Amino acid sequence: MTHPSDAGPAPVLALKDISKSFGAVRALRDVSLELFPGEVHALAGENGAGKSTLIKTLAGVHRPDAGQVLLDGEPVVFHGPGDARDAGIAVIYQEPTLFPDLSIAENIFMGRQPRKALGRIDHKATHAATAALMQRLGVELDPDRPARGLSIADQQIVEIAKALSFEARVLIMDEPTAALTGSEVARLFGVVRTLREQGAAVLFISHRLEEIFQICRRVTTLRDGAWISSELLDGMTEDDLVRRMVGRDLDELYPKQDVEAGDVALSVRRLTREGVFTDVSFDVRRGEIVGLAGLVGAGRTEVARAVFGIDRWDAGEVELDGKKLTNGAPSVAMASGLALVPEDRRAQGLVMDMSIERNIGLTGLRTTVKAGLMDRGAERSRSLDWAVKLQVKYARIADTVNTLSGGNQQKVVLAKWLATGPKVLIVDEPTRGIDVGTKAEVHRLLSELAADGVAVLMISSDLPEILGMADRVLVMHEGRLTAEIPRSEATEESVMAAATGRAAA
Amino acid sequence: MPESLERASRWSDAVRWDTIVGALLIVVLLLSFGTVDGFGNALNLSFLIGNTLPIALIALPMTLLVVSGEIDLSVASTAGLSGAVMGYLWNQGMTIEVIIPICLVLGVVCGLINGLLVTRLGLPSLAVTIGTLAAYRGIAQIVLGSDAVTDFPTQYLDFAAGRIGDTFVPQAFVPFLVLLVIAVIVLHATAFGRATFAIGASEEAARFAGIRVKRQKLILFTVTGLMASLTGIFWALHYASARYDNATGLELSVIAAVLLGGIDFDGGKGTLGGAIAGVFLLGALQNVMSLQDVSAQSQIVVTGVLLVLSVLGPRVAKQIAVARAQRLTS
Repeated sequence: MTHPSDAGPAPVLALKDISKSFGAVRALRDVSLELFPGEVHALAGENGAGKSTLIKTLAGVHRPDAGQVLLDGEPVVFHGPGDARDAGIAVIYQEPTLFPDLSIAENIFMGRQPRKALGRIDHKATHAATAALMQRLGVELDPDRPARGLSIADQQIVEIAKALSFEARVLIMDEPTAALTGSEVARLFGVVRTLREQGAAVLFISHRLEEIFQICRRVTTLRDGAWISSELLDGMTEDDLVRRMVGRDLDELYPKQDVEAGDVALSVRRLTREGVFTDVSFDVRRGEIVGLAGLVGAGRTEVARAVFGIDRWDAGEVELDGKKLTNGAPSVAMASGLALVPEDRRAQGLVMDMSIERNIGLTGLRTTVKAGLMDRGAERSRSLDWAVKLQVKYARIADTVNTLSGGNQQKVVLAKWLATGPKVLIVDEPTRGIDVGTKAEVHRLLSELAADGVAVLMISSDLPEILGMADRVLVMHEGRLTAEIPRSEATEESVMAAATGRAAA
Repeated sequence: MPESLERASRWSDAVRWDTIVGALLIVVLLLSFGTVDGFGNALNLSFLIGNTLPIALIALPMTLLVVSGEIDLSVASTAGLSGAVMGYLWNQGMTIEVIIPICLVLGVVCGLINGLLVTRLGLPSLAVTIGTLAAYRGIAQIVLGSDAVTDFPTQYLDFAAGRIGDTFVPQAFVPFLVLLVIAVIVLHATAFGRATFAIGASEEAARFAGIRVKRQKLILFTVTGLMASLTGIFWALHYASARYDNATGLELSVIAAVLLGGIDFDGGKGTLGGAIAGVFLLGALQNVMSLQDVSAQSQIVVTGVLLVLSVLGPRVAKQIAVARAQRLTS
């Protein structure tokens, strides 16, 4: 696993020992990468491995703390996205942002349209230039068509054409295929091959391993912000790649107790929300921790939202302790004993401007009431009880939650829901963005809750967390449950295989 | 949190905007007693309170609505429509005891329409109620034309314009106090009020806490409509005149007063005490300006400037507090 010192062309763009930290988080550590002209290069890694930070560093959004960016062998410093663009680097995002009411040609030449005398826009020249770009890409799109109504695939083509109009030599494609259908992917790959033949360097990011093998020549793997390898894909297997992406030892970070599973507490039957997830069925028993794994966008969070009633489902049903839940009614789900710790604690889990006391109190508005009025004594003692039980570190219980650290905020969200005495607890990314110590505390708490007979459904993109905590692992891929793996058989490879849609178990 | 920052936040906890407005109200009243001719006599004081009551009545539900992050600009038109329908039905020969409940139901319907448009169709309340502001006023004009109905039963007119015994306190002030107490309890001491603050501060987080956001907002809009029509009835009786253009522009005064009282336009912050202090501060200023022969047009200018200042004031105060804290730390 060394850098191949390719004889022949020099790299058009190279990163040398790049490091970047955000506060205490080291997003990138000594990462190196070389992009050659006429090459499609894959960037692989789990969620949170540092791929986005790397892209943003290349695009001039972030400035590295250490290390060099080399353009044609010369060190450069990008002071902003504009500098990167002028250097010929363009990023195509998963969901392009075009002006819907402008034509394709106007979108591409926004702000720099060819001019005629008196500064009037030369529509003919704009049209012709756009048609030429489309021809270069081998795509048929009418330059005068408004952007509104274009498929995401077509919008990406427009973005690529725009990049070419800036004479881009390096194209970074951040999960461009995530929202595309099979035939759209094929057409996009056709365009990518055309670009490659014209000498462009392409950095390609995708969670779909088969795509990486299909279109890329080399791959660079990141894990936890560190560079793992850069190598030719020729001769590698998908399993090899998965092992580079994951591969970590489990330790006492996961204090899982063995608990005999009891009766079914949560039963989800053929749940479907059109265009989001399809035909999802599973049970969670008392005392069980069931992990729900999958890639971002696989539909895990969406299933949790629907079960709790935030979004409506189109078909299927949800039963809690044998009682059907009402579609789209969180208050009913709550009253039946369901709790959801949502993925975004700042926007969904907490009212940031409210005190710790009142945030925990929000789930008790029905219970801490006396003669129609809030029982403030009961509210305070309920909040204090749980804040203390979960060892939230705060100065005063009346302080607003935005004065707390992320880990302590997450504990307040947990406290708020545990105070309802739930029968079923759904936690969505329960330890994202919190420090290792608090993470272990949260895991211990989940384990204890299961031991007390709570049914726990844990959504996580942190594979070791899933493997370390779950009795059973459900895996979703593109809106469907693709696998159910018992603890004994769950490995990073088997879960990743199902999550990337390689093997439907 | 650094100690100095904490000190600043304690300082701003103690000296809150609504307290400042309350103090300001007292200062304005004392100054007016001392320096403005004719301010202190019983007749003028009863005028002051009587003229401010319509603003105060609508300010009660408006405070809750703004705390929840919404607004209703159609309140004055609802009040006008309510008065116009009252006049029309009176001309048709119906008894006042039948007319008043009909007008109140009409107010409920007006509020319900606003609420349904906002919660079911997801439209911004600012836009919706600008629309219904025009629509409700238009209907009022269609109903009553340019007539003015003045011959309501004397006992009702007397109640709406009368004072308690020899004091300067209008009789209608007593039911207002009852409503004020109810509103204070609802906003500051019930689960409904707690949920209102949560919705205004973060609608999404409120939804994830199982709070029925849409239902709550619908209730608030409906109650606002009801109170607006009650105000319209009071207005027509108090001034002994039901016209389609009654209470025109009152929404500006109500919202200016509520914001002046420290209710955050973005929702989630404020107290009813502050809002009512804001109402009477505005009322006192308008009264003093009238006594000093300031023209009605100029008074509207002052109201507008106060509206801007009241949105600006709390933010500037906060920035000063933060800047002070930073100076203390560095």
